[in-house]
Amino acid sequence: MKIAVCVKAVPDTETKIVLNSDKTNIETNQVKFITSPYDEFAIEEALKIKEANSGTTVTAISMGSNEAKDVLRDSLARGVDEAIHINVDKPLDYSPLTTGKILAKSLSLDSYDIILCGQQGVGTDHSQVPAILAQLLNITQATFIVKLTLKENNTFLAEREIEGSHEMVSGKLPAVFSAQKGLNEPRYPSIKGVMAARKKEIKTLDLTSLDLVEEINQTNALVKLKALCLPQAKTSSKNIEGDPDQQVKALVDLLRQEAKVL
Amino acid sequence: MNILVFIEIRNNQIRKASLEALSYAIKQNANVDALLIGHNLNELTPNLAKFKINKIYLADNIANYATDTFAMAVSEVIKLSNSNLVLAANTSLSKDLIPYVATAFNAVAVTDVVELNILPNSLEVTKPVYSAKASAIYELTGSLNFLTLRPNVFSQEVTGQTYQNTIENLNIKYNEPRSQVIETITTGNTQMELSEAPIIVSGGRGLKAPENFAMLQDLCDVLGAALGASRAVVDAGWISHQFQVGQTGKTVSPQLYIACGISGAIQHLAGMSSSKVIVAINKDPDAPIFKHATYSVVGDVFEIVPRLTKEIKALRDNN
Ligand SMILES: Cc1cc2nc3c(=O)[nH]c(=O)nc-3n(C[C@H](O)[C@H](O)[C@H](O)COP(=O)(O)OP(=O)(O)OC[C@H]3O[C@@H](n4cnc5c(N)ncnc54)[C@H](O)[C@@H]3O)c2cc1C
Ligand SMILES: Nc1ncnc2c1ncn2[C@@H]1O[C@H](COP(=O)(O)O)[C@@H](O)[C@H]1O
Repeated sequence: MKIAVCVKAVPDTETKIVLNSDKTNIETNQVKFITSPYDEFAIEEALKIKEANSGTTVTAISMGSNEAKDVLRDSLARGVDEAIHINVDKPLDYSPLTTGKILAKSLSLDSYDIILCGQQGVGTDHSQVPAILAQLLNITQATFIVKLTLKENNTFLAEREIEGSHEMVSGKLPAVFSAQKGLNEPRYPSIKGVMAARKKEIKTLDLTSLDLVEEINQTNALVKLKALCLPQAKTSSKNIEGDPDQQVKALVDLLRQEAKVL
Repeated sequence: MNILVFIEIRNNQIRKASLEALSYAIKQNANVDALLIGHNLNELTPNLAKFKINKIYLADNIANYATDTFAMAVSEVIKLSNSNLVLAANTSLSKDLIPYVATAFNAVAVTDVVELNILPNSLEVTKPVYSAKASAIYELTGSLNFLTLRPNVFSQEVTGQTYQNTIENLNIKYNEPRSQVIETITTGNTQMELSEAPIIVSGGRGLKAPENFAMLQDLCDVLGAALGASRAVVDAGWISHQFQVGQTGKTVSPQLYIACGISGAIQHLAGMSSSKVIVAINKDPDAPIFKHATYSVVGDVFEIVPRLTKEIKALRDNN
């Protein structure tokens, strides 16, 4: 079986967000990039399937600049077999549709039975690329999964977590899955893994080698990130003092009369 | 401008967030069509009589969700109604379906939209990014776009009038879907879905033990609120993940969010900082949550919460 895992390099969630000079994106010089947290579940699931099915290979694939390469080293350190870096400039400007087209073309160079993604790339939080991949590759999808069982005859049963319920989805491989928190407990890379990953080769593709330059220019024209804004400071907070009885009385009054939410 | 609103149904009810999208569309001076997919849909259409809709399309007799089946119905109606804009509520279902359909039309989708301006030749769309530490404003220039709107952000307005909307039953020959839902296990409170609740009471590690969530549930009951939680208590196994608010949980935007014994980590704030009114109850005056609170109560949850429940109950009983 062949499995691909799509991993995205995202700013560490603790990062202080600083805008670039024309306020069209974030300043990335000082930013530490990490594997998007949901992609860790995707990697772990791929490794678990590999462990249970001999002859399985796992390929990690990431589109981005240098930070994508670092993230692929992390995937290799966790135990994936191969890594493919699609090198592009300014990946932060790419819409999910653009990203999806680039990833789909790269994935179509091989034939994968399973493509695992995170349910969202943390930071931009689009939650779109997995469904876009399924559409472009014309294969099955099951998103937000918390459990995956592979069955005979290339079928699967997945449990997805949605608002207020869990759904059991049954379908056929090949398929794209997006991982929700709860799917598994991601392992950390071992020291040995980290050392071995340094020596492994990372295959590189780019828009020219994928013959996508024109297509991507056209797709990028459909949507433009006009500006990023920092949130306005919250209107000054009110500190409610007194003993608990007084605090509760004052709070209820404010919620009724001032905020008008009760 | 032709706007198609995809109306989502869950537990045989139209989702409130779908009606918010519908309200928004109707205010835009556009031709508004609506699409419902499911079963026994004729029972639901009376709920739409307060909205002036050009045409209501029904894809009936579909028992369970399947991406391919739903996608065929949406695609069909986009063609029939010549849509320029497709609106849906930002839910798991939409995030499964909308990008899938949009891509088939080579169109752009933006999820979790909190602001939308329809300009003569483009759309200006705002969504929060980087744990709500920033907002991104996108300009969309394609001839067809798809947006999912964050629940509770766009208001639901109806006039007193009722309308005789035209209803059209679709007759589609569906292909065998590649995947489909074969069973649904209801887990949460079906009456009050967290992401759509107008009031949320959330608990964190300050509650000390899982059984103390009963105290928060009492407050929820008198307020008609939904219960939420921080990741710390979810990870500790006190409460299940579907209650988690934050970056790796739900994004919520209620009228009132009451954070009890929650420190206010950036990842928690990412899920709730767009709430209209935030009350923080924490015994540590330096807790970061207070920087984001509308009303700060420095105090012990075990002293404040039961009194608050009693006070609000008294208030409700008097009305
Ligand atoms: C990648 C990533 C994703 C994450 N995603 C999320 C997420 O989605 N949601 C989320 O919530 N967190 C998330 N976190 C975790 C987050 O960083 C915090 O660890 C978590 O929110 C802390 O939960 P807490 O506030 O309940 O606990 P603590 O930080 O331990 O705070 C407990 C608070 O209770 C107060 N307290 C104690 N006793 C009392 C009392 N008797 N009365 C009143 N107050 C009291 C304390 O003063 C303290 O402020 C994520 C972290 C990472 C790294
Ligand atoms: N640039 C990228 N490179 C590789 N995978 C990506 C990239 N962007 C998104 N993905 C995958 O798609 C998932 C969802 O991302 P998004 O749709 O951007 O929220 C991520 O968790 C990744 O698995």
